[in-house]
Amino acid sequence: MAASSAGMSVLLCNNIKQIALFYPSQQRQSLCVIRGIYTPASLCQSKGQIKRKSAPKELVGVVGLEVHAQIHANTKLFSRAGVGFQAPPNSLVSFFDASLPGTLPVLNRRCVEAAVMTGLALNCFINKKSVFDRKHYFYADLPAGYQITQQRRPIAVDGTLTYSHLGGPKRNALVTRSVRIKQIQLEQDSGKSLHDDLRGQTLIDLNRAGVGLMELVMEPDMTCGDEAAAAIRELQLILQALGTCQGHMDEGQLRVDANVSVHKPGDPWGIRTEVKNINSVRNLARAIDYEIQRQVGVLDSGGTVQNETRSFDAKSGRTVAMRDKEGLQDYRFMPEPNLPPLMVYDHCSTVPPGVHPSQVVALEEVRAQLPEMPSVRRAMMVEAYDILPEHSFTLMNEEGLMDYFESVVRETKAGPRKVIGWVMNVLLGLLNQHSLGVSQSPITPKALAQLLDLQETGLISSSVAKQVFQELWKAPGKTARQVVQEQNLEIVNNSTEIHRICQEVVDTHPEQLQAIRDGNKRVLNKLIGLVQKETKGRADPVLVRAILEDMTS
Amino acid sequence: MRWSTQINNSKVPTVATWEPVLENQLPPPNEVPADLVDKLERLALVDFPNQEGLACLKKSIRFADQLHVVNTEGVEPMDSVLEDRALYLSGDAVADGDCADRLLQLSKQTVEEYFVAPPGNIPLSTRDRAMLKCSASKLEDTSIKTV
Repeated sequence: MAASSAGMSVLLCNNIKQIALFYPSQQRQSLCVIRGIYTPASLCQSKGQIKRKSAPKELVGVVGLEVHAQIHANTKLFSRAGVGFQAPPNSLVSFFDASLPGTLPVLNRRCVEAAVMTGLALNCFINKKSVFDRKHYFYADLPAGYQITQQRRPIAVDGTLTYSHLGGPKRNALVTRSVRIKQIQLEQDSGKSLHDDLRGQTLIDLNRAGVGLMELVMEPDMTCGDEAAAAIRELQLILQALGTCQGHMDEGQLRVDANVSVHKPGDPWGIRTEVKNINSVRNLARAIDYEIQRQVGVLDSGGTVQNETRSFDAKSGRTVAMRDKEGLQDYRFMPEPNLPPLMVYDHCSTVPPGVHPSQVVALEEVRAQLPEMPSVRRAMMVEAYDILPEHSFTLMNEEGLMDYFESVVRETKAGPRKVIGWVMNVLLGLLNQHSLGVSQSPITPKALAQLLDLQETGLISSSVAKQVFQELWKAPGKTARQVVQEQNLEIVNNSTEIHRICQEVVDTHPEQLQAIRDGNKRVLNKLIGLVQKETKGRADPVLVRAILEDMTS
Repeated sequence: MRWSTQINNSKVPTVATWEPVLENQLPPPNEVPADLVDKLERLALVDFPNQEGLACLKKSIRFADQLHVVNTEGVEPMDSVLEDRALYLSGDAVADGDCADRLLQLSKQTVEEYFVAPPGNIPLSTRDRAMLKCSASKLEDTSIKTV
């Protein structure tokens, strides 16, 4: 409590002036041209569209994201307690994490490297000298009463995240956009609180308190849920490729808060709300789209949007106001007195003499160790397999699908273009239908490769191949060849046999024959269908069509 | 070693060099409206229950206003006495933790290896409020030299 009287200082008076009514003190307002098309999908769902058609400008969404990525390291940011997801409560807590008096922070080199690597991968300018600050607020899961962060001078600034998403009218054209990254800063995580409403208490687990986080602050360059979801997916892939964060949103390793507002293009920004409690990329899109709609609804009915924090409820798909965050917070930022500035160097050779190598983080070294970025891998796939960028994008987007695709291509004689069709349409379709991930697919790459070989060598027709695929899905133990033999699905291309069947069909359907001769070529398909029915789909379709065309000319 | 034993080398001035700062040298006093006081109470978990408390606050602010007399033109603020030191970077090996029992012993109330807190944010208990009232009036009695 003695510290509180020290708080009544000049610093306090200055901080009060910084409280902006509509934006928090840590985000500078910058002019941003809203490019980009407001996607029809979300617009179409909102009511009152007819009323707005006559208005000259429509309300568009403005979305900015704040991402907290948990650094993948063995120990925490300022203490050597371990980092783990499901450990016994309060077992991964050091005296410093519990903020016992007399403890001091000791910075983890791995966290600095992770932040620098992430900054370089996102084209940021790395500040050679960055400083740490204290952000004060009282909450039971923040034992010290403040969080050590880097608000004034973070480790990386001014970067770009380039991402793509399937847009356009049919949502199958690859649209590439980018979002500016304002800064990347190192900061501490807080502990976890479990609310026990029954007994009116909160249980605190400090295992997560002090874990290193990279906070990525993005400029509000996005306009809807789809774009935000695509940007976060790309960020996940980049962080996973770098190894700096495992990126699982459901485990809390990647936390995203969305700042959403609406305005008419050209007008100043509207009042924004912050949406929290989003635990998946899909829910991010849902939450943002709902919030945009909600704000449009409020403004349309003549109300005003409140500057508040809202929580996303995944079950109902709606955002609700959070009761705990009242009014505006003043974090009373102050420099962290226990930590000197953090220095990173350009090159090993620019290091002043007497500095031990273990104390040096050099940008050139880190840059040299950067692994292959997802965008590079996607471009390579397009080159190597002659597939479309859209294909490459979908392959990369589904976890494990790219490896699956490459395995199949390796083991089959069929060309990559054919494999892409099977993998993206047939396999992915069934996986989505049954809500399975690629790793849970009952059909292994080897099995699919064998099936495609059967089709390639002409043993079965393409429609039969699809049938066999369905069978293999239900009975994963069998091979394609077994299923074909058991159900007698080999292709029938015995020309006499097919001739006989075709003749039979033509003879029994004189009206259709006349229709074709009169010029309606589409009736031919019906006859082909009848022939296939007769042969249980095993007839060689090319041959059947040729024979029937011949007969009906 | 030799330096400090030389009698003529004391850095303490022989005559007081303290110059009082006159009221007209200071900028006009900042008003502290009631809602700001409420906000400060909430942010810092401090209690200003009565006029004495508020007067104490105003005096503290006035004392700090003396900083405005100093000319800081072109001088970077020093935010840490460690600014010339090197920040030590530690290796990433686990060397701490695994002391849940010792930490939990420090808490009055625990539930199955969890610490217990009141729901939501932390309100002051009535006892703490009484203590603060007491200390605020004590501060008001002595003249304020340091904050």
